[in-house]
Amino acid sequence: MIENSNQIGSDSPVVSSRGAEDIAAICNKYGNDKHRMLDILIEVQDRWRCISPASMDVIASQTDLTRIEVEGVASFYSFLSLTPKGRVTIRLCDDIVDRFCGLEEVATAFEEVLGIKMGQTSNDGAFSLEYTPCIGMCDQAPAAMVNDIVLTRLTPDKARAAAHDLKSGQRPESLISDRFGSFSAHQQALRMVDNNIRHAGEVLLGPVPNDAGLANAVGITPTQIVNTVEDSQLRGCGGAGFTAGRKWRFAASDPAEKHFVLCNADEGEPGTFKDRVLLTERPHLLIEGMTICARAIGAQQGILYLRGEYVYLRDLLEQVLDDRRRRGLLGTDIMGVKRFNFDIRIQMGAGAYVCGEEGALISSCEGLPGEPKTRPPFPVNRGYLGYPTVVNNVETFCHAARILDRGADWFRAMGAEGSHGTKLFSVCGDCLNPGIYELPYGHTVWELLEMVSGQDAAAVQVGGPSGTMIARDSFHRRLTFDDLATGGAIIVFNGQRNILEIVEYYMSFFVHESCGYCTPCRVGNVFLQKAIQKFRQGLANPEDIEYLKDLSGTIIETSRCGLGMTSPNPILSTLQNFPLVYSTMTKPSKNRIRDTFDIQSAIDGARKIAKRRSHIFDRDFTQ
Amino acid sequence: MTEPAPPELPRARIATASLAGCFGCHMAILDIDERLIELMNLVDVDRSPLTDKKRFTQRCDIGIIEGGCCNEENVHVLHDFRRNCDVLIALGQCAIMGGLPAMRNAIMHSDAPLRECLVEAYISGPYIRNTTHNIPNDPALPLLLDEVYPCSQVVEIDYQIPGCAPSGDIIFDTLGALLSGRFRGFERDMIRFD
Repeated sequence: MIENSNQIGSDSPVVSSRGAEDIAAICNKYGNDKHRMLDILIEVQDRWRCISPASMDVIASQTDLTRIEVEGVASFYSFLSLTPKGRVTIRLCDDIVDRFCGLEEVATAFEEVLGIKMGQTSNDGAFSLEYTPCIGMCDQAPAAMVNDIVLTRLTPDKARAAAHDLKSGQRPESLISDRFGSFSAHQQALRMVDNNIRHAGEVLLGPVPNDAGLANAVGITPTQIVNTVEDSQLRGCGGAGFTAGRKWRFAASDPAEKHFVLCNADEGEPGTFKDRVLLTERPHLLIEGMTICARAIGAQQGILYLRGEYVYLRDLLEQVLDDRRRRGLLGTDIMGVKRFNFDIRIQMGAGAYVCGEEGALISSCEGLPGEPKTRPPFPVNRGYLGYPTVVNNVETFCHAARILDRGADWFRAMGAEGSHGTKLFSVCGDCLNPGIYELPYGHTVWELLEMVSGQDAAAVQVGGPSGTMIARDSFHRRLTFDDLATGGAIIVFNGQRNILEIVEYYMSFFVHESCGYCTPCRVGNVFLQKAIQKFRQGLANPEDIEYLKDLSGTIIETSRCGLGMTSPNPILSTLQNFPLVYSTMTKPSKNRIRDTFDIQSAIDGARKIAKRRSHIFDRDFTQ
Repeated sequence: MTEPAPPELPRARIATASLAGCFGCHMAILDIDERLIELMNLVDVDRSPLTDKKRFTQRCDIGIIEGGCCNEENVHVLHDFRRNCDVLIALGQCAIMGGLPAMRNAIMHSDAPLRECLVEAYISGPYIRNTTHNIPNDPALPLLLDEVYPCSQVVEIDYQIPGCAPSGDIIFDTLGALLSGRFRGFERDMIRFD
């Protein structure tokens, strides 16, 4: 411990021979496997609070990669750092909902007590303070991560008190409770984060029998399992809505020697926190669903990709996996069925929204930067390590387990045509009862707003930033795949909120989260954000509205993955549903000269270097 | 496309200027060669380096701009052109995108990019022989802008003729089409990299 702290805070942490041994030991622990690069890097980051150049050399030689390949991974993920972070890293959730709930005051409180600004690390290496995009706590904003501990419902007073406690040497977990260590993993999670289940539906959050679905699944053939899931018409719950049964069928019919089951628990879409609740309250159901899928497609290995922001749930999930291994529900000969072998490892993410994209998630599990893969081939044929892979959302697996228990007809009878069963809606923003609502598909937005007591809403963002923002005249629309599709996020905004501020925030989110692989997304989103800034400053011309549509169309058409294909949605859907917000902010330019170009700020630097005024633009002043 | 415009058209007034460019686009205008005589039957040239007129004598129909804006004088001239011309054409890569001069915009990871650029150009560059070791600062020199701007960021531009430099043929054809009201944009195969 002392040795660690010596290395923190120095400008270029030198890895002693002892340190090199320790890093090599970490690599050994993961079999020096380059595919476990993310695990290795996270562990090095946790221990030394940074991934130094010297440590990258050691990792590279251990895993038989070049140093630049290691750095490519280390520099991709925002929770990994090439420069030293504080022993306590405080990450404030910078979501639009947090901003509307007083994030700025909370940030100021932390800054005052810790004596550092946002984005800085204190000189003694004790603290880092930074912003991070949505950590999935929008129903209890503002929220923050303090290392692996989550603080919610922050106020300036709470922030100040927490900062003082940390400064006086308290460990982050004692901010939650002095007896934190004595709680069970489930209790620990609940102490940190309320689940806010406001409405439990019939499928997931109501009473659920233990492993009834799995018991049925081992009694039938893999083909019958796929048939059942397909008959239920269950569609993926992560947002895209691909039919789960077809996905399973494609993977099952591929004759490769290995198959994989991956669970996408990387819900990074701002305003989405439904998987958080399932992971806390229904972890067994999730693993049951993955195990059923494994039997259906003939997989022996599974990966649960848990987003870095949900690290506080890692112990809980590890315990669930251990418990199931002990009870013969994971491992070899599951439930006594010969040659039904399946086990799951948890892959932690490290703060990258794009890893919620199927291909990027697989890349990340393979120890690569989280960049999407070229499609086709699709993951069901060539996924993890090139083998057929089913990637489904947490909620989808939970549904599948319930379908195997109660039957396809039972599930299909719920919901609406084309959107069967129930859906978890995570509601936040300007309403009295933010939280989780499990409802059958087909409710109107009005009905949902009544349930959450948010009837004075002026705008509702359905499906997070990559979804649709609707105005009151569209609140009669239904929450189904065919009308208003959503991965679960419902964000309510009242009439006090500035639509363009929200849109600009969402664009800045996409700018931050673009993986940078393809130009339309990497550059185009920056241009869109700048254009929105122009609108907000009142400098836009009427033709800029056409520019927004034009550029958005190009980005959607030419981007490589779903991120770029949906990133212009905040602009396009508000242009369509709130046209006046834009048109009132435009005016034709005077004399056809651009207002956006400011000559005074453009020549200011040169004025200072030349130490004289401009003869052309400062004529009114004598020299 | 090269057929001359009908002679009964009223004569148009055009003006040209070279801002942060290399004068290559003006050389390309001269590359119209003997067809210049044909062109002169259709237009009068007002303010332009070709006539050496430094000010507008009257309002013009078409202004042709070579180069982007790298200093305050460029901005001043461009504003003047916008006020005095009905139609403004950005001619060549520098006017449209900033071009070669805009390479200095790439100095961005610096606290003082402009100073860094000037020091490199006049003092520390390996091929510099500057016995005064000073950055030129005559009061008559216009102040540089923080970066090089394409013309369309400073004023509204009506048409763009891409190329570095656009060929004399393209300039002649485009002007001819504009003067006779037949210009409908470029064919797809003309908009391409070399």
